[in-house]
Amino acid sequence: MYDFAYHKPASVADAVKLLADPDTKAISGGHTLLPALKHRLNRPSALVDLSGIAEMKGIRRQGNAIVVGALTRHVEVATNAEVAAAIPALAYMAGHIGDVQVRNRGTIGGSVSNNDPAADYPAAVLGLGATVHTSKRKIAADDFFLGMFTTALEADEILVAVEFPIVDKAGYAKMKNPASRYVMAGVFVSKAGGAVRVAVNGAGPCVFRQADMEKALAANWSADALAGISQSPDGLNADIHGSAEYRAHLVGVMAKRALAAAG
Amino acid sequence: MNVAAPFEGIGASVRRKEDFRFLQGRGAYTDDFNRQGQLHAWILRSPHAHARIKGVDTAAAAKMPGVVAVYTGADMARDNLGGLPCGWQIHNKDGSPMAEPPHPVLAHEKVRHVGDPVAVAIAATREQARDAAEAIAVDYEVLQAAATMADAQKPGAPAIHDGVAGNLCYDWHIGDKAVVDAAFAGAAKVVSLDLVNNRLIPNAMEPRAALGEFDRTTGEYTLHTTSQNPHVIRLLMGANVLHIPESKLRVVAPDVGGGFGSKIYHYAEEAIVTWSAGKLGRPVKWTADRSESFMSDAHGRDHVSKAELALDANGKILGLRVHTQANMGAYLSTFAPCVPTYLYATLLAGVYTTPVIYCEVKAVFTNTVPVDAYRGAGRPEATFLLERLMDVAAQETGIDRVDLRRRNFIPTDAFPYQTPVALQYDSGNYHATLDQALVASDWAGFEARRAESEKRGKLRGIGISTYLEACGIAPSAVVGSLGARAGLYEVGTIRVHPTGSVTVLTGAHSHGQGHETTFAQLVADKLGVPIAQVDVVHGDTAKVPFGMGTYGSRSLAVGGSAMMKAMDKIIAKGKRIAAHLMEASVDDIEFERGTFRVAGTDKTKALVDISVAAYVPHNYPIEELEPGLDETAFYDPKNFTYPGGCHIAEVEIDPDTGKVSMVNFTAVDDVGRVINPMIVEGQVQGGIAQGIGQALLETCVYDANGQLLSGSMMDYTMPRADDLAPVSVATHTTLCTHNPLGVKGCGEVGAIGSPPAVINAVVDALRDYGVRSLDMPATPSKIWRIINGGRRMAAE
Repeated sequence: MYDFAYHKPASVADAVKLLADPDTKAISGGHTLLPALKHRLNRPSALVDLSGIAEMKGIRRQGNAIVVGALTRHVEVATNAEVAAAIPALAYMAGHIGDVQVRNRGTIGGSVSNNDPAADYPAAVLGLGATVHTSKRKIAADDFFLGMFTTALEADEILVAVEFPIVDKAGYAKMKNPASRYVMAGVFVSKAGGAVRVAVNGAGPCVFRQADMEKALAANWSADALAGISQSPDGLNADIHGSAEYRAHLVGVMAKRALAAAG
Repeated sequence: MNVAAPFEGIGASVRRKEDFRFLQGRGAYTDDFNRQGQLHAWILRSPHAHARIKGVDTAAAAKMPGVVAVYTGADMARDNLGGLPCGWQIHNKDGSPMAEPPHPVLAHEKVRHVGDPVAVAIAATREQARDAAEAIAVDYEVLQAAATMADAQKPGAPAIHDGVAGNLCYDWHIGDKAVVDAAFAGAAKVVSLDLVNNRLIPNAMEPRAALGEFDRTTGEYTLHTTSQNPHVIRLLMGANVLHIPESKLRVVAPDVGGGFGSKIYHYAEEAIVTWSAGKLGRPVKWTADRSESFMSDAHGRDHVSKAELALDANGKILGLRVHTQANMGAYLSTFAPCVPTYLYATLLAGVYTTPVIYCEVKAVFTNTVPVDAYRGAGRPEATFLLERLMDVAAQETGIDRVDLRRRNFIPTDAFPYQTPVALQYDSGNYHATLDQALVASDWAGFEARRAESEKRGKLRGIGISTYLEACGIAPSAVVGSLGARAGLYEVGTIRVHPTGSVTVLTGAHSHGQGHETTFAQLVADKLGVPIAQVDVVHGDTAKVPFGMGTYGSRSLAVGGSAMMKAMDKIIAKGKRIAAHLMEASVDDIEFERGTFRVAGTDKTKALVDISVAAYVPHNYPIEELEPGLDETAFYDPKNFTYPGGCHIAEVEIDPDTGKVSMVNFTAVDDVGRVINPMIVEGQVQGGIAQGIGQALLETCVYDANGQLLSGSMMDYTMPRADDLAPVSVATHTTLCTHNPLGVKGCGEVGAIGSPPAVINAVVDALRDYGVRSLDMPATPSKIWRIINGGRRMAAE
């Protein structure tokens, strides 16, 4: 890795000031950034380590929502009793990210800000219709994920917390890439009153909502409703592990499994 | 109180002595050695699969902080260094020798694969060396690449080496084609199958590393390296590349974290650090990162074959005809040419009485990493071909697949058995291993398990492989006549110290096999010395007299036999000393597990009495016997050894995703006499894990331009614990008849026997989808395509 300066601010305000320089990068769990630095694929002038910012930590119930601080590690979400009681699908999702080492280091803020198409968290954020709290505003999930590794976050803006509404039902299922164990195709479904959300990750260049499935499930929350719906392979990812057609097929399979998990 | 010591000899599952240091992090691997004044090397590697080097500008790099030197291929050429040698010469059908193009240590004039070393930067720290390597400006003229064997053989294909027409390394064959063609002409049934044996990237846990040193006082060079055979590296590098006499070159292979074949070969980096250390007068270290391992460790397998089997009306095999293309990669690695010939075609009889066999092999250069032996080396390719072909033959003749195999087994009373492809098997009992595996796997109960899976919406399949391999390589005169440029004996020294402890010096090298335990058990068994008092020394040319190293499951069969021979010499000498001390005739002295006895009396001497007398010869037959108790033996095997057995795999497929799950694996192997059953079980399990990896997960992928797409573990699927099945390992022993231990070898059987068992199980699970041919690995997307296509066919 190349040399860089290192900062460890104690407040969101200080972090934002340091990040105003476009050559700096924020680091949280470091599970994406550190390998990139080691491979010399990234050359920031400075790293801004967010781990000392108390206001970005912790999980709390707030009204009809669970608010998860950006620095919260996956293992904490997976094992938190309040999350398990309120949104068990979220705990399940967090408990199945990567492996033990990843879950012990990786954070929700890092995962959601990075918006890797094959990451798990974006599906939960979009599938639950969460709200992203940043250093300057609140952004609805529908407006947050813009494209591959691209979000609505501005250069001097950091993710502070994610607010997940407590829904009636939710479920998540994924097919892992056999080599990397990232998501090859995953589906997160939720139902809150009459509102149904179906978010698809892994399959496309960015997490997206499957409108046909949402409509069908809103009318009839059952596997039968999904029977006639097929995901188009147009625009989906293809690589040495699977074609766009395979991923499109998996979206249907994972939707059924996510629905079964949601109950 | 008289407590009997626990038995530690042959057959005891003694815990591994070396694990105490490994489990406590006290192993000493090459990268753990650091010397005063040590410099670090970073290798600049080609980003192109095929390009002409028009110029290399090192000026900017040489001025960077901490940089001591930057060397290119031109610098090496100025020092008249040799190229990396090839240790085996194959001859073409017409008797002419194979094409053997130069393999420069640092690419000179051209690069031929992504990862080909172009220059080396040497600096005070590794990061500084890497910074400098990035500052080297190479002017490449990118050439069209031939990334596949098909591309390399097309008319107008780019010439990878000057003077190698059609990128053909050799066109070799074995057997009498006319006789085989006649057998096919008279056959009731001919079965044919096209197969690909997928290219694998070895991925030993410890990446390769090398540390070169030069002593200006003595003029001696020392190389620490991740090698399976330090003496061979000393010979190849000293004699062929750097022109350093053996007496001035010490090669040490300390603890090594896995090899699987990939650490047999002499690699460029070993020569680079040794040569640089001499030029600079300072130690130079290089350690690969994982990305470098992917693009510079020799790869394995990579065959494309067409196989045809001729059968009579009763399913008796009349002949086998095989055409294989084998990928050599961009250069010939140390033993590459022998892998698809004498380690492959000679195995095509397998466990069957096939009377005539013809096999032709074309070895092809491509713009890819060199390919060489990888766990099993040629024998997995032969076994996969044969055992897939047997299943297809069973399907197409309507004969049960187990029955078809039985009908063709070499009978148990037919040994020694001469195959039509050069080998003579000494022993085996293929019916016994098959019977035992059928019981252990509950083959008979499979249909009930299949029905149960079906209820859960899953497709279940069971597959079998009855395999044989040739290992314990090899009789020197035989391999010499086949093109080997080295002998393949092994060396063992038994040094009984004055107070009775024993040092074993062996030319074999342990990089995970547990030699320090197994070899100590041989001494415990024969000389009666507790294994705690037996130290096994290996991996250092300054300590061990000579050696050929560890590969081809040879350490025990060849290296262990050398130790047995040396122990015979110790006992013979010990008897003469004992006869003197007990005033008896030598012919009356008996020896058993540490005690010399005058036959028929209670007069005895312990081994320690003899060793004391040998080193403190106050009362000693000094006129007729030298002092000391230290014997060395070279053992050259009389034949290969022939482990064999039966592997049965059971899989379950999720038809919705195409994912294949291993649900059970049964291995019954005949590895000859077992010294340590626990170690054998571990070796077989490890081999099976690699076999399952090849069958279901692993494959090396290049794009059309020769870029390595599976260049990291993000895209190359290494098997993990949850990819594997419960593996049941058992042995059924017939003794090897020609070595003193009766051992055959167990290191490779797992990787050789298992892939066809797994694929046969997958094909069986897909029996409703009309699958005939299935290339490895059986990935989820591949299986989904088959299932999806099958459904479409059914619907039409």
